[in-house]
Amino acid sequence: MRALAVTTVLLALLLTALPLAQSPAPISVVSAAGRRALSTALVNDQEYVALDDVSAFIPLTLREDRQGGVSITVRGKTIVAPRDRALVSVDGRVVALPAPLIRMGGRWLAPVDFLPRALGLVSEARIEYRRGSRLLLIGAVRVPRVTTRVEPAGTGTRVTVEVAPPTGVMTVTDADKVVVRLDAEAIDFAPVAGASPAITQIRGDAPATVTVGLAPSAGDVRASTSNTDTAARVVIEITAPSQAPDTSAAPGTPAAPVLVLPKGGLQTVVIDPGHGGDDTGVRGAGGTLEKQVTLEVARRLKTVLEARMGVRVVLTRDEDRAVPPDERTATANNAKGDLFVSLHMSSSPSPATTGGVVYFMRLDREGEDTRRQAGAQALALPVLGGGSRVIETIRWDLAQARHVEDSGRLANLLASALEGHVPTMPQPVQAAPLRVLAGLNMPAVLFEMGFLTNADQEKRTTGDEGRTALVQAIYDAVNRFALAAPGGR
Amino acid sequence: MKRTVLFGLAGFTALALLAWGVDFGLQYLARTPSPDAPAASPPPPAPTAHITATLFYGARDGMLLQPVRVEVPLAEGAVAQGRQIVRALLQPPPAPYVSVIPAGTTLKAFYVTSSGDAFVDLSADITAKHPGGTHAELLTVYAIVNTIATNLQGVQRVQLLVNGQEADSVAGHVDVRRPLERDMTLVRQEPPPAVQ
Repeated sequence: MRALAVTTVLLALLLTALPLAQSPAPISVVSAAGRRALSTALVNDQEYVALDDVSAFIPLTLREDRQGGVSITVRGKTIVAPRDRALVSVDGRVVALPAPLIRMGGRWLAPVDFLPRALGLVSEARIEYRRGSRLLLIGAVRVPRVTTRVEPAGTGTRVTVEVAPPTGVMTVTDADKVVVRLDAEAIDFAPVAGASPAITQIRGDAPATVTVGLAPSAGDVRASTSNTDTAARVVIEITAPSQAPDTSAAPGTPAAPVLVLPKGGLQTVVIDPGHGGDDTGVRGAGGTLEKQVTLEVARRLKTVLEARMGVRVVLTRDEDRAVPPDERTATANNAKGDLFVSLHMSSSPSPATTGGVVYFMRLDREGEDTRRQAGAQALALPVLGGGSRVIETIRWDLAQARHVEDSGRLANLLASALEGHVPTMPQPVQAAPLRVLAGLNMPAVLFEMGFLTNADQEKRTTGDEGRTALVQAIYDAVNRFALAAPGGR
Repeated sequence: MKRTVLFGLAGFTALALLAWGVDFGLQYLARTPSPDAPAASPPPPAPTAHITATLFYGARDGMLLQPVRVEVPLAEGAVAQGRQIVRALLQPPPAPYVSVIPAGTTLKAFYVTSSGDAFVDLSADITAKHPGGTHAELLTVYAIVNTIATNLQGVQRVQLLVNGQEADSVAGHVDVRRPLERDMTLVRQEPPPAVQ
């Protein structure tokens, strides 16, 4: 009995002596690679992150010193954290922290503020921590702040969604909800102000979507968008049942018609990594193979398009194998793709030649004739249940003829998205009779991302920064194509 | 007796003169060429006639094609002239131009149909030795197409064949299943320099 009492007292003393560690909700880390969770722990009311977890996002090495402190090295620069001191020396510069770094459970923990204040000074990428939304932003990612307000408008309800800084906005209206999709890697979603019986819920969803749930009692819905220098604004007018919508937009900003993506719109994007298997494509000045670059960029692009746009992405190959052109075409057509992007690299007899170029299909006389005949020979066939359906017949190996104009538009959008981010040739958009494009029944481009025979461009294309720029540009072009299409695609 | 000796010497002298005359005559006959024998030193060949053709080579920077005027042997008729022009194009280009057709590529056949389509049959080197890339392949294909369509009147389109067969492409990108028309968007628009 006495032993039990002693044990209890000792345990109580031990618990009070140890700092109290709890696990709050993880922080969301948003970078060009996507969105990932970073666990934190509360120690003495201070939120900490484990530095070995942080090293997954920002490469760093740790070395403990004899005095019980720790040195953190990032890109050759050192951060020295002395023991029990709420400061660190960053490359010789003293930075105050809310609490000292601590060692717990065999791991080094740092206050969350250590990331932007200290690591941000030595990291190549910008680091920003948004405490309210628990977002840690690494690198040049777009994470606008989104504020939502619900207020009465006449007998109906007005929902105003403000996005700052302004970014591309696409609004989709369904029977039970309005989805506002933003052209961003993530959103910083603030709590909603106001409420209405017409609204069941308003929530921010990953990666960058605001969903406004409509009650069954909600009447007609009309959405409009407008932009100022500082914010994009979406105004959703919801009438009471059997009432016409209040057409007065939010004060001070002219209303613009919203682009509504119908259900039959951009749903499937086909990415075609060029070459593969025995067909290695261009061999770079440093030995890089075109087939590797195209597959790696395609995989990354698939992740980004699926995460940010919610579209289905089909790859014509997801392994190192040779794929004949007709098989690539068939994969895309069978998947009922809405868009096709073929990825390639260039070669040149001159090692100095650099720059990306976007190709779309050029029709010869035969192709032009085929296009004209397709429209002229359209057949109206009766369908079950009455009515008829127009069938346009076209040669299978010239199916691209019907989409040449849209393909040219996509090529120009991609060339615009490359400006300032990816070097291009003097003529960044060119039309050419390309084998893989000829039979595609969808808008299609072939993007030569740069010259592997140029040492600088090879290095850039195989580096993380260069690939991120390529993926971002293609994503921007696909997104703009979807937004600009009349009624969506 | 004395008279007999004199007659003997005179006879001997006459025979010697006769033998010498016969020997001289035979040697003379042996030295004289027959009318059918070839000349000992042939006359210099007549100068070969040439035409000036515009060939399309890779420009120095490798970005575009560059038209260059080159002397090529004159041939009888459009088809024979076309062969001469393609053979000239397949040779290494003069400095400072760069080659856009793989070295070792040879012309196997060349003919023109009555509808104005030229068929150029090239050895498999054009495919096997190609460095790849859409841009480089476009330069390869249109160096040939532009050269033929520019120099041969009446040729509107050019169909490439590889080793006697129709081909999908030269290096996987450019569609050569059908005859191609000339494409001057790939050509640097400068006056073509002349090269001897």
